[in-house]
Formats: sequence, structure tokens, C-alpha cells
Amino acid sequence: MDNIQYILNGMVREALSPQTAAVAIAVIGLNIHFGFTGLLNMGQSAFMLLGAYGFAISIWHGLPMILGILFGFGAAFIFALILGAPTLKLRGDYLAIVTISAAEIIRYVGRSALLVDFTGSAQGIPGSKYTTAFDNLSFFGNGSFTLIPFNYRDVADGAAWVRVIGWILVVAVITLIVLRLRRGGAFEGIAQAALTALMFVVGIFLIFFLFPVPYLSSEWWVRFVAWALVFACTAVVFLLVRSPWGRALRGIREDEDAIRSLGKNVFAIKMQALVIGGLFGALGGMVYVLSSSVQPDSMGRSLTFFCYTALLLGGAATIFGPVLGSVLFFAGRIGIKYIAATYVPDSVMSGQQTEQFSYIVVGVALMLLVIFRPQGILGNKRELRFNV
Amino acid sequence: MPRGVAGLVLALLLAPVLALMSSTAAHAVDTLCLPDATHGCLAGTLRTEDGVLPDVTITVTDEAGAAQEVVTSETGKWNLRVDKEGPYTVKIDESTLPKDLVTDGEVKVTSKFGVTIPALITIRTENYSATTSKFDELLQSSVNGLRLGLLLALASVGLSLIYGTTGLSNFAHAEQVTLGGMLGYYLINVHGLGLWVGGVLVVILCAFSGWLQDRVLWQPLRRRGLGLTQLMIVTIGLSLALQYVYQYTVGARTVRVVQDNPEVSEFGPITITNQSIVAMVISVVVLAAVGYALLRTRIGRATRAVSDNPALAAASGIDTDKVIRLVWTVAMGLAGLSGILYALVTNGIKWDTGLQILLLLFAAVTLGGLGTAFGALVGALIIGLVVELSPVLGMPGDFKYATALLILILLLLVRPQGLLGKPQRIG
Repeated sequence: MDNIQYILNGMVREALSPQTAAVAIAVIGLNIHFGFTGLLNMGQSAFMLLGAYGFAISIWHGLPMILGILFGFGAAFIFALILGAPTLKLRGDYLAIVTISAAEIIRYVGRSALLVDFTGSAQGIPGSKYTTAFDNLSFFGNGSFTLIPFNYRDVADGAAWVRVIGWILVVAVITLIVLRLRRGGAFEGIAQAALTALMFVVGIFLIFFLFPVPYLSSEWWVRFVAWALVFACTAVVFLLVRSPWGRALRGIREDEDAIRSLGKNVFAIKMQALVIGGLFGALGGMVYVLSSSVQPDSMGRSLTFFCYTALLLGGAATIFGPVLGSVLFFAGRIGIKYIAATYVPDSVMSGQQTEQFSYIVVGVALMLLVIFRPQGILGNKRELRFNV
Repeated sequence: MPRGVAGLVLALLLAPVLALMSSTAAHAVDTLCLPDATHGCLAGTLRTEDGVLPDVTITVTDEAGAAQEVVTSETGKWNLRVDKEGPYTVKIDESTLPKDLVTDGEVKVTSKFGVTIPALITIRTENYSATTSKFDELLQSSVNGLRLGLLLALASVGLSLIYGTTGLSNFAHAEQVTLGGMLGYYLINVHGLGLWVGGVLVVILCAFSGWLQDRVLWQPLRRRGLGLTQLMIVTIGLSLALQYVYQYTVGARTVRVVQDNPEVSEFGPITITNQSIVAMVISVVVLAAVGYALLRTRIGRATRAVSDNPALAAASGIDTDKVIRLVWTVAMGLAGLSGILYALVTNGIKWDTGLQILLLLFAAVTLGGLGTAFGALVGALIIGLVVELSPVLGMPGDFKYATALLILILLLLVRPQGLLGKPQRIG
């Protein structure tokens, strides 16, 4: 029982971590590229890295935070324009190859010893150089606290059945939410929207009840902002894809020539999609480094691939797919690692190997997912014969 | 533990040792300089290509002109604690230098609090010719570039053939290159097979892995009618899984195929290991064989036909599945050969070696024209040369891979079909 509680605790901690939220934001952007428009952007990590650099370098060199955010967005904006201009008229794999190459170039430039005063070269920029401005905005006060003051330990002295019932309830609530989202119309009309929102709130309260995690208030602050941004971005995408512009995006994904024949400027719309998704990526990058440091090597190709895994897991071309996918991806990976560490004896798999084992599972899972369930958890198979 | 405390503990631990050393040795010793919040350190080692220089006096002058002197220790090391941030001039007292040495004599550095700043002064013996001529450097880099290009060509020809016959951009191709090196390490280094026997075995095993992959993975997926984008993401998953399988089994260290250091031959200004020469010869022979097979043999013509237009090829009686199976087998064998040669000439292979060269492979294939085998060959040679020559021609060394990718992007702007590609492919 304690082992299970330990594993689940780790998973919940990872699921709530600001970096999960940051990747969720980047995946929301990637969803605009890949899910809605069918653009094969293999360089989302570069958008994140540029956002992070713009943000961190500006603040490090004494500019106000708002300018840092603008510089981060500006860098991603220009990057998208440069990438899109030569490739959006060509077939999809060219965009893939150019974006992945450009992402590597950005990483090499960031690592370069010549730019040590700006990017900190391969060492990166430590968080202490730029997070103060953000932390000062916190209104959470000082000290450390758990979000919900009572937890399962207060009920019946923390007996095992309390936990078991709690876990069952959590699974039930999540299943209900997923079913509602899959069925569609979960947000149509005030009553439906309120019901869905209520289920979200109940689920979150249950999780905090079962997994009381005390954090420093600054850590709560990062988490609060990160997840607030995730929901804001989800709302923005929800509105965007319902607009006429959003329909044009799907049209381009399904049949570019048809949209062109309707008199739309396909190139311009693709470019807008690339830029907007890239800006989400930059925002994700800024959030990604808020609780840690800017490390060019941690924001390389692998991160892009993880973004794709999360997107396909949740379901491309869906509203909540990116968020669900990111949470499940990170929680699942940590879960696999902890399970391997707890139940597989050290003689079979060393502590180091559990980490690698979890990534092997990620890779295999990505393959199986694409082969057997390309629409992910929330997606619609008919909508997803994506082919670029 | 905060850094300051760690430093203090270290200093306390080392203090008796240092005291002992200073009492026995007449001259300066390797004392520690610990930078902190209000102090910085300057440090360096004086050495020529022959060895270190003890007992040389060094004068460090700050902006205001205040000078401090230090003497290098037995190991040629010196360091100095400074209490100001800013520019310092580090100067060698040439009267304390041994004779027959040539030096710039001084160097300017900028100190910072909390860090140790290295101050490097070049010293050479008089008869040492430190500056190889630009031309020699170019020659040497060209040979290195040619070597890298040939090895890339082995892998990228296969990548291009797979793209041509199936339309798939195989992101796991570079992991097959790593596989070649890893198998080489396992068979030759660990199990002591001879280099030639082991090498041939590696290629056969890699080719078999290609056959198997197509048999159990790619052909069934083609039959299912999975789209190319999905297939590409499957290869990404495979590449991730393989990378971590290597890390799981071999670890994150660099492993070598043979234990002893390679012998070196010199041709005028060019220095090259014997293994590199053999590797280049093997590459050329194999590439020529592949080229001949593609152009002259029946199966080669069938491959090019499938590559040109699969539907038409199938209609004219070519068994496309058989051709694709063969292409996978040969491509993976070539990648494995490239991997073991790469591990031999660069002195080792690591779990992420493939990851590093994957983009060079894609750049080579795209540069030459997606899907054209000979384009990939040309592209690979160009990429190899660019990577090795760009540092000589003035690009900072950090950017040598970036240069290759930049050239790729620029070329796509003006000629998206690549050097040897046909325009109708890009649409």
C-alpha cells in the first residue's frame, strides 16, 4: 500500500509540475500546426528555446519582465516567418526537415561559447538570474502549505479504505470527463459547461485530498500561473478553431486545393497558423524555464518528440487532447520508472536503467499509438487521416 | 551544501597537505585559489609543447597600475586572488624564462567575482613551427571532410533509396548507424573477434535487422494503408526506443571497437590514421558496387523504376514488395557498415552518435534531391566537406554542423528539389 501511495504521489507531483504545464502549452501550439493545419513542425522545441532565451536574457540584462516576454514572442515570431517563407509552398516533409534543422541551428547557436554573456553557452542560464521578477509578483505570501487543509489522513485516521475509495472516485471522475469530452458538446450551453467544469473541480479537489503535497508558496505560485496559462491557452484555441479561420485551417489539412479554389490565400493562412502555434511554443518555453534554468540541451529534438507523443496520446485536432496527453505522458513515464524501481530487483535493472527503461516504453508506446490508435484518447478517427 | 561551505571544507582538508608541501619545496606550490562573492581568481599553466615551466615570475597589473607577482609551481601552474572586477594585464618576466623560448609575453584578461578566469599565454620553443600554413590546413580538412562525406554517403544512399521506394523519411536510420558501431564494439572489443570477420558479421547482422524490420513492421504497416506521416512518427518512436535501448545495455559512455590506438601515416602535410584510409577505400568500393548494381543489374533497374513511380512499376510486373524488402536490407547493411567504420575512424561510438549525424544525413539526402541515390552521394560528400572545412574558413568551431544545416536551408530557397532531384517531386 505504501509503495502504491509512493508511486502515485510521484505521478501526481509530476503531473502537476510546471514543466508539464509548459509542455502542455507547447503541445497546444503544436496542435494548431499538426492537428488542425497538418503542418509537420519538427522544431517546436526551438520555439520554446527562443521564448525562454528572449525572456531570460532580457531580464538577466536588466530589462523589465514585460519586455522579456515580448522579446520571447518576438523571437518566435521572426523564427516562424523565416521558417515558413521558403517551405510552406513545398510538400510537408520539407517543412519537417527544415524545422528540425533550424531547431538544431538554434540550439548550436545557444550553446556557442561566443555567446556566453547572453546565453550562458552550454551551461545555460541559471534560474536565479531571471526568476526574481516573476516571483515578486506572487501574492501567495511566504512559507510552505498544502493547498487543501484536510486530507485522507484526517478521515478515519488514514485507513486504507479511504484511499481506495478515493482512488476509485478519481478514476471514475476522470473516465466521466473523458467520456463527456469524447462525446462532444461538453461545453454547449451553460448547464453542460457548468457540469463539466464542476467535474474538473471535483477531480482536482479529490486529487489534492488524496495526495497532499506541501510546496513552498513560490512553487505554488509557479504552478498556479502555469496551469492558469494552460487553461487560458485552451480557451483561446477553442475560440480560434471555431472561427471561420479555424475552419479554413481544417480545410487546408484535408484538401489544400479545394480551399485555394474558394479564393483563400492558403500560404497566408498556413503562415498565420505557423506563427500562432509558434507563439504558444514560446510561451511554453518561458513557463518551462520558470522553475528551473535555461538549458539548450534539455530543449532539443527529444523535447519535440515528447511533444508529439503527448499530442498523439491525447488526440490531435482536439481541444483538450494536448493537456490530457501531456499530463498522462509525464505522469505515465514517471509511473513506469517508479514501478520499475520499486518492483524490479536491482540485480535485474539498476536505478539508472529504470530511467532509460521508461524512455524505451515511451518510444514503443509512441509506435503502438500511431499504429493502433492514431486518433489518441479524445480524437476522432474520421478527422485524422492526416497526410501531408 | 552551498558552494562557499564546500570550498571552505575543501580548503580545510587540503590545508595540512599544502603546508607539508610548502615546507619541503623551495618554490611556489599548487595552492588553491577559491573565488567567492567579493574575490575573483586568475589562473593558468605555463607550458611549451615540450613540458611545463616552473619558477617563472608572472606580473599581474590592474587598471590602476598596481602590480602583483606570482611564481609558477613545479607543475607550471599559477594563480592569483584578486579583489577587483575588471581588466588585468598578465605579463611574463622574460628574464626568468629558460632560453630558446618564444612568447607573446603578455595577455589581457577580465576578472569577475566568484569565478576563476584562465589567462593563457602561448609559449613555444624557437624551432617549433606553430603555424601550419592555411593551405596545409585546408588539405588536411579536405581529407577529413572527404572521409566524413564517404561515411555519410554509405548511410544516406540507403536513406534515400528507402525514401524513393516507399516515400518514408526514416528517422530511425541513424540509430542503425549506431547499431553498426555498437555491434562492432560487442563482437570485436568484447568478444574478441578479428576486425575483418567481426566487421563482415556486423554488416550481415545489420542487413538482417533491415530484412526483419521490413518483414515484421514496415510491410504490414504498408498493407494496413498507414499514411506516410504516421509511418514517419512510427520511425521517430523506433528511434527513441533504440537510443534508450543502447543506453540501457551499453550505458552513456563512449565505447570503442578496437582497444589499441590506431597507427598514423603521413603524406606530406596530411596526417591520417591507417584505419581511415582503409575505411575510405571500403566506402568507395561499396558505393561503386551499389552504383553499378543500380545502373546495370536487373534488380537495380527495378529499384529505380519503383523509386520513379511505384504504381507504374507494379503494373509492369515488378514485385514492388520484394524490391522494397531488398532496399531495406541493403540500406540497413550499408548503415551498419557506415556505423562500424565511423566508430573506427572517430575512435568510438556512443548511444547518441546517430542522433548527432541524423541531421547531416537528412541534409545530404535533401541537398542531393530526395529519393535520388546518386544525389545522396553528392550531397553527403558536400556536407562532409562543409562540416570539416567551415572551421578552417573562419566559422567558429561550434557552428560546423550548423553551417551544413544552414546551407541546406539556403539551397531549399533557390532549388527545393535538390541538386539532382526532379522538380515534379516537390509539389
